[in-house]
Amino acid sequence: MGTLTEEIFSYKLGRTVEQAETIVVDVDRVMSHDTTTPLAIQAFRKLTEHDGGRVFNPRRSHIVFDHIVPAATIAAATLQRDIRSFAQEQDISILQEGICHQVMPERGYVIPGDVIVGADSHTCTYGALGAFATGMGSTDIGVAYATGRTWFRVPRTINIRLVGTLPFGVYAKDVTFEMVRRVGVDGANYRAIEYSGALIEQMSVSERFTFCNMAIEMGGKVGLVAPDATTQAWLRGRTDREYPLLAPRNPRYERVIEIDASQLQPMIACPPDVNNVVPVGEVGHVKIDQVFLGTCTNGRLDDLAIAANIMRGKTIHPQTRMVVVPASREIYLEAMRLGYLEIFVQAGASVGTPGCGPCIGRHNGVLAPGERALTTMNRNFTGRMGDPTSEIYLGSPATVAATALTGYITDPRNVL
Amino acid sequence: MSRIWMLGDNVNTDVIIPGRYNVTTDRAQLACYCLCEVLPEFSQQVQEGDVVMAGHNFGCGSSREHAPAAILACGVHVIIARSFARIFYRNAVNIGLPVLVCEEAVLASADGQQIDVDLKTGAIHNRTTGQAFQAEPLDPFVERIVAAGGIIEYICQEGTLR
Repeated sequence: MGTLTEEIFSYKLGRTVEQAETIVVDVDRVMSHDTTTPLAIQAFRKLTEHDGGRVFNPRRSHIVFDHIVPAATIAAATLQRDIRSFAQEQDISILQEGICHQVMPERGYVIPGDVIVGADSHTCTYGALGAFATGMGSTDIGVAYATGRTWFRVPRTINIRLVGTLPFGVYAKDVTFEMVRRVGVDGANYRAIEYSGALIEQMSVSERFTFCNMAIEMGGKVGLVAPDATTQAWLRGRTDREYPLLAPRNPRYERVIEIDASQLQPMIACPPDVNNVVPVGEVGHVKIDQVFLGTCTNGRLDDLAIAANIMRGKTIHPQTRMVVVPASREIYLEAMRLGYLEIFVQAGASVGTPGCGPCIGRHNGVLAPGERALTTMNRNFTGRMGDPTSEIYLGSPATVAATALTGYITDPRNVL
Repeated sequence: MSRIWMLGDNVNTDVIIPGRYNVTTDRAQLACYCLCEVLPEFSQQVQEGDVVMAGHNFGCGSSREHAPAAILACGVHVIIARSFARIFYRNAVNIGLPVLVCEEAVLASADGQQIDVDLKTGAIHNRTTGQAFQAEPLDPFVERIVAAGGIIEYICQEGTLR
């Protein structure tokens, strides 16, 4: 009996867990990437210096190179060289085929009921498949690599119920902005978020990834969707492991928030906080120097399709530049077959190697002082994409594509 | 006695240590850029034993442990905030950077004032104003990690994670 989080932990521990109880659990998967692995290795070494120094299970330990690929500086290349040597020593295969949060589910490493910890705050994305997945720092991840375990305080849960249908020009990303606006940037701190309602049931796994990805932007420990037929269909061919279809049973929610998507418009999160949300139509005439389509929030095939359909046969505004980075190799190849990449390149965009791209301001489209970007990212923090005086606005793939054509923040309904 | 460095709400890990400076595991290098976006003078002027105070949701955003590591490497004695973002809090506790929650102390203190903090009891004494405060008690499990000096030390002491 309980929330989906409680159901997952009770299933894992073989007993009923209580809210606010501290538990130690075995983890199914541990993940870290090129930026967070070096400190995790340091923690791992300290912890295992007296025994053989082996990871708990190399097949369940995953290192993904996605933040700075291919390496842009000697410092990044050196850290990656050291990680490769650790991975070889530990018999871990490094994945370099896109963003960790896209590659892990694509590879079938995430199934409903799993407990997964990752050294990246957006690890909460995997909750879209009904796994309890959360971001941690490198030391916690080093501990999990060494012991195969971690500790949690069983969180309270906020239930976000989504009803209605998406109006013309409004997408999952716009709905997440409404959630962050309502909950605030720390309204879900230390809490789980469970998404439910008729709209969630109709949504694709990709759209569910967008919701769960941004649970952390409300402070959430995890964002969860109960697995259903859509989940099962998505997992078919990706995994042959058995999994339980856990669901909340008489859950005790701390708070229930209902959002009627039918009432929403395309939205923008203005710098420098994600809850600084306004309808696109109210943002005024904001000139944009660079648009960026990609990331673990919105770099999937359906996101690229939305943008490609708006940009087909057109060219981007001469005062604006565009960077497109598919979230994974699988998506890149499919977008190539479907002609989306050709549309972007013909329009004048740069198409980058699958990975995080310019989202963390290290390469592939860094911003100069005073420049402004509109992106499909999840964070608009000061200096995240480059100079601290540059500014980041966040929007849906449709708003980003529309803006690429006009050079200023544009309501996608005007070009659709 | 220590100086207070006062910060506002929602100080995120991108401003504590920007992504362009965290491609390293060298703590001293991280310390050089600590808080450079919001307090450019901080890394030059901070003294061993100083105290960082902040509003709500300190350390929100990325899970980068470089953020608490940079603050620790600056010699900061303790961070006192109205609230902490979950991952940052956990990271700080894990690496032995003391973190206390005390609304009243933050609301009644100002940048540059002098303060004493007893980490064992959570007693906070603002020497400039003469006011005394008591930080919120730690979760019992967190308290055990803090007492050991960090999660690695805790596990080495216990022999396992339990």
